[in-house]
Amino acid sequence: MKRLIAVLIGCVAVLHTGMALAASSVRIGALFSVTGPASFLGEPERNTLEMLVKNINDKGGIKGTKIELIIYDTQGDSTKAKQLVNKLIKNDKVVAIIGPSTTGDTMAIIEDVEKAGIPLISCAAGIKITEPVKKWVFKTPANDHLAADKIFNYMASKKQKTVALLTVSDAFGSSGREQLKALAKQKGLTVVADEVYGPKDTDMTPQLTKIKGAKPDAIICWGTNPGPAVVTRNVRQLGIKIPLYQSHGVASKKYIALAGAENAEGVLLPAGKLAVYDKLKPSDPQQKVLREYDQAYRKAYNMEASTFGGYAYDAFLMISEAIKKGATTPAQIRTSIEQSKKLVGISGIFTMSPANHNGLDLSAFEMVRIVKGDWELAR
Amino acid sequence: MQISDQLTQYLFSGLATGAIYALIGLGFAIIYNATGIINFAQGEFVMLGGMFTVTLINTTGLHPGVAVPCAIILTTVVGILFERLAIRPLKSATPLSLVIITIGGSILIRGIAMLFWDKDTHALPGFSGDEPITIYGASLMPQHLWIFAVTIVVIGMSKIFFSYTISGKAMRACSYNIRAASLIGIDVRRMVLFAFIISSAMGSLAGIIIAPLTMTSYDVGIMIGIKGFCAAIIGGMSSGFGTVLGGLLLGVLESLGAGLVSSGYKDAIAFVILLLILFIRPQGLFKKAETERV
Repeated sequence: MKRLIAVLIGCVAVLHTGMALAASSVRIGALFSVTGPASFLGEPERNTLEMLVKNINDKGGIKGTKIELIIYDTQGDSTKAKQLVNKLIKNDKVVAIIGPSTTGDTMAIIEDVEKAGIPLISCAAGIKITEPVKKWVFKTPANDHLAADKIFNYMASKKQKTVALLTVSDAFGSSGREQLKALAKQKGLTVVADEVYGPKDTDMTPQLTKIKGAKPDAIICWGTNPGPAVVTRNVRQLGIKIPLYQSHGVASKKYIALAGAENAEGVLLPAGKLAVYDKLKPSDPQQKVLREYDQAYRKAYNMEASTFGGYAYDAFLMISEAIKKGATTPAQIRTSIEQSKKLVGISGIFTMSPANHNGLDLSAFEMVRIVKGDWELAR
Repeated sequence: MQISDQLTQYLFSGLATGAIYALIGLGFAIIYNATGIINFAQGEFVMLGGMFTVTLINTTGLHPGVAVPCAIILTTVVGILFERLAIRPLKSATPLSLVIITIGGSILIRGIAMLFWDKDTHALPGFSGDEPITIYGASLMPQHLWIFAVTIVVIGMSKIFFSYTISGKAMRACSYNIRAASLIGIDVRRMVLFAFIISSAMGSLAGIIIAPLTMTSYDVGIMIGIKGFCAAIIGGMSSGFGTVLGGLLLGVLESLGAGLVSSGYKDAIAFVILLLILFIRPQGLFKKAETERV
């Protein structure tokens, strides 16, 4: 009997090592809204991840470990996200999950990954995702309030005391509006006008006429294209000379093209460094990573790399760093991500801790001014 | 800025937006009058007009003067195909099922547009520059003048068409009573096709002249279609001044509401007006209630 058990144990051990040798690959899952209303997020994220995984596998994997990538499309639908996350956890048995692209999808699946104990690195910006901190959940985009903070700091340096808000009435805009108002109060600024517009609105002159009447020192517009481009055109149409700030939501050349370079002249905004990497000081630690990413993306897809793709880049960077350090199980990967220190990514430099699962600070953004259709660092 | 200047600005902004609603509303009204159905794909014709123009100008480098007629023709072809493939094959379908078909058609057109082009927003340069002009303390873009001018021309032409041409009169006859019209020898099906041709051409024209102001993308037709529909409802689905006044009224109320009350309620204002009119005066603001003779 004892011998039998010993043989059995021997067999199991042999099988086990055999499996470990054969299975020198890890399986990573990803959920992106590749189609649907949030496809502008999901598409560059998927492209980035596929490109990175292909490059790594072509080079023989991470220390010989190949990456197996499984991507599902949530279509920006939380119900679908919930079904797909269970498929990733139960059928595909992935060790870590990247995404989803939107805050709604992410919030919907948090309880599933928490229960299963699989690390999730979200590519959505909502502050609720990592505040309060959840054990298994991380995110790579900077919190919106960092961008707001950056604007207010810049305004303070220009002695601007009163501000008019013009925000879009979707999730991005209303979260921005709340945080702008709270932060303005904290910084001792007066909000003299608080206007909103619809995501598909085509004329904001009524709101801007009202704002013009309130005579603020600055106007902050918070939205994603095309609204802010319309606002920028309307500001010029009405001959408003008050400084106009936009959010990081429009930090791409697309915004300048839509608004028209003449109309956008002098507009200020906090931009992720990807938009302005060629303007950064050579000493900036992010510059090399940003340039390499942008060039690789252009080569692979013949398109400018976007900040959104950068979110997926950073998420994959964290997982691959963890694997490089020898982590193989979900729990080891999670611990390794939480211990990331000064990890140079696209969105910024990440320093995680048990109390901070985002890890970015104000240095993630640069204030830029639009001059002659191009970015210029604002001083 | 004086309050009076603000008011004139609200008024002009409202009239400018209202003229756009009116143009799109007219497309709804024309099809409704000839066929009794509300064509919810009208917004997609608006989108197609803008998108075709952007593509023609950007990819083939055509002069806008050539690209605009080409875009109108292309959209009209889509309108004809839509009528031939989706509306005509249905024999004795009820107006309700036809309305549902137009909703399906609009989703299909939008989906194809998304695949054919992309999901990005595209801008078009203004027809006559981007220097704002000042009128009575309010500022407008030169493009607004184009919109006003085109709206006036379109109303004038549709007035002439419906009052003085055989086809126009035949279409009006269809709108009163389809069966009687066919009894006196009017080819009702041809009139339906005509209605689709006219309204898709008109929709695309609207889409083209507003594109420099509002920009365009594959999904621009949804909201603008609904607003045009509101304008047509306020105007009692008339294919003349009623809808135009409806559009202008809607635009001005939206703008005044956003400026004087709260911009958060801008869209709510439009829909509250729509509901009130449907409850109180379903025949529209400017139409006398019809009396049915028994």
